[in-house]
Amino acid sequence: MAGEAESREATWEGPVLRTEHLTRVVDDRPLVEDVSIAVELGEVVAMVGPSGGGKSSLLRLLNRLDEPTGGTVFLEGRDYREIAPRELRRRIGMLLQQPFLFPGTVAENLAFGPAARGELLATETIAELLERVGLGGYADRDVSRLSGGEAQRVSLARTLANGPEILLLDEPTSALDEAAQLGVERLICNIIRQQQLTCLIVTHDPEQAERMAQRAILMENGRVVESGPMSEIKNA
Amino acid sequence: MLSRLFSDPLQLGIAQAAVTILLALAVVYVARRREVHLERETLISLLRGFVQVVAVGSILVLLFRGPSWSSVFVLLLMMLAAAATSARRARDIPGAFAVSFYGIVVGSGVVIALMTALGAIDPRMESLIPVGSMVIASGMNSNALALERFRSELTANVGYVEAGLALGATPNRVVVPYVQAAVRAAMIPRIDTLRALGIVWIPGLMAGMILAGSDPVYAAIYQFVVVGMIYAAAGLTSLVATLLIRSRAFSPAEQLVLGSQR
Repeated sequence: MAGEAESREATWEGPVLRTEHLTRVVDDRPLVEDVSIAVELGEVVAMVGPSGGGKSSLLRLLNRLDEPTGGTVFLEGRDYREIAPRELRRRIGMLLQQPFLFPGTVAENLAFGPAARGELLATETIAELLERVGLGGYADRDVSRLSGGEAQRVSLARTLANGPEILLLDEPTSALDEAAQLGVERLICNIIRQQQLTCLIVTHDPEQAERMAQRAILMENGRVVESGPMSEIKNA
Repeated sequence: MLSRLFSDPLQLGIAQAAVTILLALAVVYVARRREVHLERETLISLLRGFVQVVAVGSILVLLFRGPSWSSVFVLLLMMLAAAATSARRARDIPGAFAVSFYGIVVGSGVVIALMTALGAIDPRMESLIPVGSMVIASGMNSNALALERFRSELTANVGYVEAGLALGATPNRVVVPYVQAAVRAAMIPRIDTLRALGIVWIPGLMAGMILAGSDPVYAAIYQFVVVGMIYAAAGLTSLVATLLIRSRAFSPAEQLVLGSQR
């Protein structure tokens, strides 16, 4: 998988992810309107702004959980509508606000993505992924016995098990209590740094955006209002 | 008492219907005294039910005089009506009528055809149509239950469905638990019917056969055959309907459209 990433890196030099006039209108209400952004390889970008500003809607469009009503997204220069949705979603992993773990064990959850492609996730890989999210030895634990923070860590490991090139994080700590929030945030930061993942994170917390991202995009009423370092956005 | 007063079957039938209507009106009166108002609905339903059933009886008289192959058209018409009724319960599901029709045709149609071919149902119209209607009605109910349950499961589990999709799973894979729940929910009444057969409930067909002078043991066994067919039709219909509705719940780009609020 690392080899594949290197070869892509060698052949593609532009932004790894780019949107062009991306729009989604539902019942005459624009959720995302004419958004054109570019994200470079390895960049961590925070999407900030008020609730209902279109941040999460934009993230759903990037993962193609929703269909744009206008514009499109380019993944390494290729229109994402040319990529099979399943392949696209494997390459652009998404961590939702809530973990939504499937009934069963932690290991079964981690194996879900690879199994969907007919691949078997090795026991050692599961153990390694769980170590990475600080849950070593949790493989056989039933997900109903996990705390909120643990469940979100499992959800992160489950997304990573797919070997994504880009990680979309939709307020990954907002459903957790304060203590768990910091732990999960730190864990995500470490993983992004270690794996040099390209990452877009939606957050309503400007401090978290500053801690986690190199750049922020401010969204209001479905539109991009400002883009730049968090210090500039805060003063805008 | 009524049979002593009326010797003509038609007059006897009208008298029996009148007594039944009086009984229903008495219930409406008692309910009204308790401030439960059923007057309008009951009157309309009584009138509608009476007219419908008499119309069907009259049509059957005409049909029974026709060639036996015409029963296929009658059963097909029943399946169309069943699909329309059942689809009304799932109005917001795209293509609910087509799904219901295919489900009922495959479920009930296959069972009726197979059992007729095997000789378990008498192919004469006066036997095929009443038994066929029971099987179709079972398909209709199971179809409605399955579709309704599938929709409500999907609506309640949007997060899990989208989590599965976001991990690159196919729509068919992510809805497996909800298809299972829908089929199970549709089958519970049929399983209970089989379980309670003869103990809690002596069904109409068996009662009718006994009243018409058939051997009670044969009537009981034949009723079991019919209930078995009803079970099979319910199972097949709910399976086919949920498998068909599954694909309609998602867009071609594998996005959840049914139950999603976005």
